[in-house]
Amino acid sequence: MKSLGSIRRDFAPWNDPNAKPYIQFDNVTKKFGDFTAVNNLSLTIFEREFFALLGASGCGKSTLLRMLAGFEEPTAGRILLDGQDLRGIPPYRRPVNMMFQSYALFPHMTVENNIAFGLKQDGMPKPEIASRVAEMLKLVKLEQFAKRKPHQLSGGQRQRVALARSVAKRPKVLLLDEPLGALDKKLREETQFELMDLQQNLGLTFVVVTHDQEEAMTMADRIAIIDKGEVMQVATPAEVYEAPTSRFVAHFVGNVNMFEGKVAEQTANTTRIAGSSGAQIVVDNAAKTAAGADIVFAIRPEKIKISSKKPADAVNALEGEVYDIAYLGDMTVFHVRLDDGQMVRASTMNAARITEDPLSWNDRAWVSFRPDAGVVLTR
Amino acid sequence: MSNAAVTSASAPATNADQSILARLGAAFVGRLVIIIPYVWLLFFFLIPFIIVFKISLSQTAIAMPPYTPVLDFKDGISGFFAGFGALSFDNYAWLTQDALYFNAYVTSVIIAAISTVLTLIVGYPIAYGMARAPATIRPTLLMLVILPFWTSFLIRVYAWIGILKPEGLLNQLLLATGIISQPLIILNTYTAIFIGIVYSYLPFMVLPLYSSLEKMDYSLIEAAKDLGCPPTSAFWKITFPLSLPGVIAGCLLVFIPAVGEFVIPDLLGGSQTLMIGKTLWNEFFANRDWPVSSAVAVILLLLLTVPIMFFQQAQARAQEQDK
Amino acid sequence: MNTTWSRFNVTSIVLGFAFLYLPIVLLIVFSFNESKLVTVWGGFSTKWYVSLFHNQGLMDATWVTARVGVISATFATVLGTLAALTLTRYTRFRGRLLFSGMVFAPLVMPEVITGLSLLLLFVAIGLDRGFLTVTLAHITLTMCFVAVVVQSRLVSFDRSLEEAAMDLGATPVKTFFQITLPVIMPAIVSGWMLAFTLSLDDLVIASFTSGPGATTLPMKIYSQVRLGVTPEINAACTILIAVVAVGVIIASVANKRREVQRQLDERAAQRG
Repeated sequence: MKSLGSIRRDFAPWNDPNAKPYIQFDNVTKKFGDFTAVNNLSLTIFEREFFALLGASGCGKSTLLRMLAGFEEPTAGRILLDGQDLRGIPPYRRPVNMMFQSYALFPHMTVENNIAFGLKQDGMPKPEIASRVAEMLKLVKLEQFAKRKPHQLSGGQRQRVALARSVAKRPKVLLLDEPLGALDKKLREETQFELMDLQQNLGLTFVVVTHDQEEAMTMADRIAIIDKGEVMQVATPAEVYEAPTSRFVAHFVGNVNMFEGKVAEQTANTTRIAGSSGAQIVVDNAAKTAAGADIVFAIRPEKIKISSKKPADAVNALEGEVYDIAYLGDMTVFHVRLDDGQMVRASTMNAARITEDPLSWNDRAWVSFRPDAGVVLTR
Repeated sequence: MSNAAVTSASAPATNADQSILARLGAAFVGRLVIIIPYVWLLFFFLIPFIIVFKISLSQTAIAMPPYTPVLDFKDGISGFFAGFGALSFDNYAWLTQDALYFNAYVTSVIIAAISTVLTLIVGYPIAYGMARAPATIRPTLLMLVILPFWTSFLIRVYAWIGILKPEGLLNQLLLATGIISQPLIILNTYTAIFIGIVYSYLPFMVLPLYSSLEKMDYSLIEAAKDLGCPPTSAFWKITFPLSLPGVIAGCLLVFIPAVGEFVIPDLLGGSQTLMIGKTLWNEFFANRDWPVSSAVAVILLLLLTVPIMFFQQAQARAQEQDK
Repeated sequence: MNTTWSRFNVTSIVLGFAFLYLPIVLLIVFSFNESKLVTVWGGFSTKWYVSLFHNQGLMDATWVTARVGVISATFATVLGTLAALTLTRYTRFRGRLLFSGMVFAPLVMPEVITGLSLLLLFVAIGLDRGFLTVTLAHITLTMCFVAVVVQSRLVSFDRSLEEAAMDLGATPVKTFFQITLPVIMPAIVSGWMLAFTLSLDDLVIASFTSGPGATTLPMKIYSQVRLGVTPEINAACTILIAVVAVGVIIASVANKRREVQRQLDERAAQRG
């Protein structure tokens, strides 16, 4: 693969075999009665990493966070932080702080007392508390709101108080449970970048739980995709999108077309896949697979070209009929029903205001793509 | 730098030790939270019932306390078991022989049932009106319903004596307006008891009704009307069934205490009316017959076991819903 | 529910409130009656209030009642809060069903049964009936009401507040006193007030469990009512009603004001 790395090009400890893991989940299982929330899960997070746990609700991602914070103990396995086993250490003695989804601001305390709460628990001298609180208020730009109570703040301001309170103790790790979930769309986008800056400036390790793929893609160095208590894939956002390792991940992040078929012929670099109705495609990147084995080629809609005539030089070109068109402004999404019945989704950027070769409903159309435009999945 | 993170990481072993101590401490405090109220209720609520049951099986005696002890541990375990021979069901036999008691039980249940229905009929429109009132005045209305509950029960019952007496305010008003020519005899009748119970227990009915009606989504009624259901029919097909939890809770809150009510039949019902709470009171205070009054209490309790269990189930269900 | 403030609804509310309040209003009005006949208006007078304050028996009973009320309400609040915590926080322990049964049953238990059973307990353990026994009985009864009031607040309590406090380094005990208790305080206060009024109000249980020298005001009123309705009793009742009403109204007005302030703040925060 050419370039599927981190956005921070110089930061990729997961590729360094000598890098020391900071947080380690070692075969962790968590059961609530008969329900298995986390199933024999192992995961490594590095220092100063911005790590996202992405999954649908109820997939076990919050349980992972709560085990790290100490609100739940693993049923089996262990969790290490900086080499230290966390088992038996109650939440109030862990060098980890959490920002709650509901913010959990203490309603009876002012903003500054909320931020000072954790520092007071450590018995920090008063002057130091005062200066740290002032520093935190400045960091989140809430200096003039110090004496307000939580209910006197807007949603965005509350979110920042919660953030300031959780970083005030300079924890080794900051856990964020759906940190932007309660904000409206516009504020959420702004805050994403604020959070990234904050993480960079403070040099903390962030573990964020979210169900919003866009949020995870924007902020995280690496994303772990969780389903039914198991890790499906851990990778950088680009890898997750461009090189998913399973159908689940391919479906979960972004839109995808799946061509199912059997291996017809394999050469050194390419694999020919025979679809059930006879259509054949040629793709790169397939691992050695026995002829006749079931195989799937996953390709993103924007990697598929759509045209009214058969492209001359295309390796893979399939014919069909335009079934539906969705005009989204910046791009247009075509749904094409191939002659073998399969639906294909292809999207085109509307780079020009006027299209030269307009396609309409029920037009005959060709979809084409390069052999390396997608990935071959076996599971 | 005073940093909790650094200190705790540098001394992981002591950390774990402290946490074990803290956990033990927390566990102990946690136990106490359960144990203190538990023991209190066991001692002051459950054990007394066992004693009532025990005394209901003993003989009446002219002494203080006025019963012969049975099943006492004074003579050790053997004495305790020997005491089984001294147990007597005479008091229960006595309750069946004298028709007075049977009548009192039956009358109490009937009066309580009728009063409960009356309270529901009076309370439902009030709760309904409150739930439909503008949101701004609803808290005020709610407070106005609760306020009489804070004033003495006894006083509220007492207030009705002055109204219902033959020469009381109601008769004065009715005579003055010429609706009647002879004063109505209401005080010292069952009618007075009904009025007293409905009046005293009205807030208990209105509050659960209100809370279930208020929670209801009004768009349901609109949907019913939209689908062609006339208002009256919409009420019986939509509103009322949905308010049933409130109806049940309210009825139980009125019915159960009303069966054993003492103050209302005593002050408003006069000596002619018969209710079991009053019978128990008289048996205890006037006749000083503790074993018989204990037996009366045991039967009354058995009578109320089923509705009380219903009530607790309703409570538990409401709790689950709140969560 | 949406508002359909129809004529039927207004009528039922007006009639309902008239029914609830008229007897009390009449009782108050006739406490200022010159005539000894409670039901015939003989002119305005405060003489019954004067004679009330010279009635030593009544004044003694008032003092007893106030003391029983304050002491029992205070203990009941502590016990009831613990019971509420048990009910909401410990969902699984042996005997939980029995425990919740013992908390809810006294709410509907006929008072004659509770009174009789407590009396028999006191006799069995050789405790002389008097101030102490009434107080113990009232604690037992009213703690269940406190438990219900506090429990309903705890059910809606956001547990993440406690988790946040522990996450920031507060031990469970500190978390309880610094976070949980302050947040549920309003419910605890109204629990205390409820316990106090219930104790103030109780006739039946007090009659069973009280002894010589510990006659409470309701017992005194009851014995006089049995002898007939007198304006003096009306006056005593009026004072009781006034005390409770003033307390409740002050509390709810203060509550209301806080609520309004809060809403204004919230609106301002949304704008700013």
